[in-house]
Amino acid sequence: MSARARPYADPYLTGVVLGLVLLVAFAVSGRGLGASGAFASVATAALDGVGLVPADDGFFTAHAGPLLRDWLVVEMIGVLVGGFASAALAGRLRVAVERGPRAGVRTRLALAGAGGAVMGAGAVLARGCTSGQALTGGSLLAVGSWTFIASAFAAAYLVAWPLRRQWT
Amino acid sequence: MTAAPLVALGHLGERGDLAAALAIGVAFGWCLERAGLGSARRMMAQFDLTDLVVFKVMFSAIVTALLGTFWLARLGVLELGLVHVPETFLLPQLAGGLIFGAGLAIAGLCPGTSCVAAVTGRVDGMVVATGFLAGVLATGVTLPALGGFFTSTALGALTLPALLRVPYGAVVLLVVGAALSGFALAPRIERRRERVPA
Repeated sequence: MSARARPYADPYLTGVVLGLVLLVAFAVSGRGLGASGAFASVATAALDGVGLVPADDGFFTAHAGPLLRDWLVVEMIGVLVGGFASAALAGRLRVAVERGPRAGVRTRLALAGAGGAVMGAGAVLARGCTSGQALTGGSLLAVGSWTFIASAFAAAYLVAWPLRRQWT
Repeated sequence: MTAAPLVALGHLGERGDLAAALAIGVAFGWCLERAGLGSARRMMAQFDLTDLVVFKVMFSAIVTALLGTFWLARLGVLELGLVHVPETFLLPQLAGGLIFGAGLAIAGLCPGTSCVAAVTGRVDGMVVATGFLAGVLATGVTLPALGGFFTSTALGALTLPALLRVPYGAVVLLVVGAALSGFALAPRIERRRERVPA
């Protein structure tokens, strides 16, 4: 399928469309895009399922409630649908482990899992991720969000350097 | 006449709000996939400076939404005070940003793009998303042990114009100017990188 895959869209054009989507979210729901909040709600539901939600801990309690009435959970279901549809129409659906030419599958997956977990810790402390803090909070000029953008980009460049052989 | 946000002004109920969330999510996922951000290799090109795609997509989105909110508020269509501004907790967000950025460079995808990668068949995306969920769970459980750090340096829904005591439009202009300069410089940064083999 990759042989027939269409090239990706122009980043500036896609960014402008994404900005308009964000603007619609502000104008309709009075809130922006997010991703990690949906994960926090799923984590809370999982803990709740085994009777382990801590009383008033300030984090899980803020994400408690029925998943299908949670704005970010519903939005992320949409992300899965939209991402799948876009890739399907462009011939980009492909079961694969994306990695650099020199990286092994095991190394790539180990780094993916470890990096994901580290991001999880960061997103909890920062109260959001690239979506909720950078895109949404950045567009609303929130001080904490711009602090997040600066520190996340700085750390990503620092850590990507010793790992560059994974991708080149 | 103020017409938005629709939900806060009572023009749209809970079902409508959730339907909007679904539609907005579909468009969000579509954009991430179209830009190629569901691909870890493409996303990581940002960090070895061969293709600044993350910067280009993110900052053209921020500039668009920023100008849109500014003008809709200026024209009295959008009541900006009713849009939820993420609250600032300076030190946890500084530390969280550093940890998040490090994790991003290790994982090759961010939480949102890992979902797009996963649903389009990329196994590494599924593993990033699973790791992320585990990290959120573990850190959430650990939070009480960090004492008051999570809620320290709370500054409320503080914005840059309020902090700097300058008009909103001045900061909008600054961000737009910085982004446009970055867009103009991007090809030079990318080209220079190509000439010097890593």
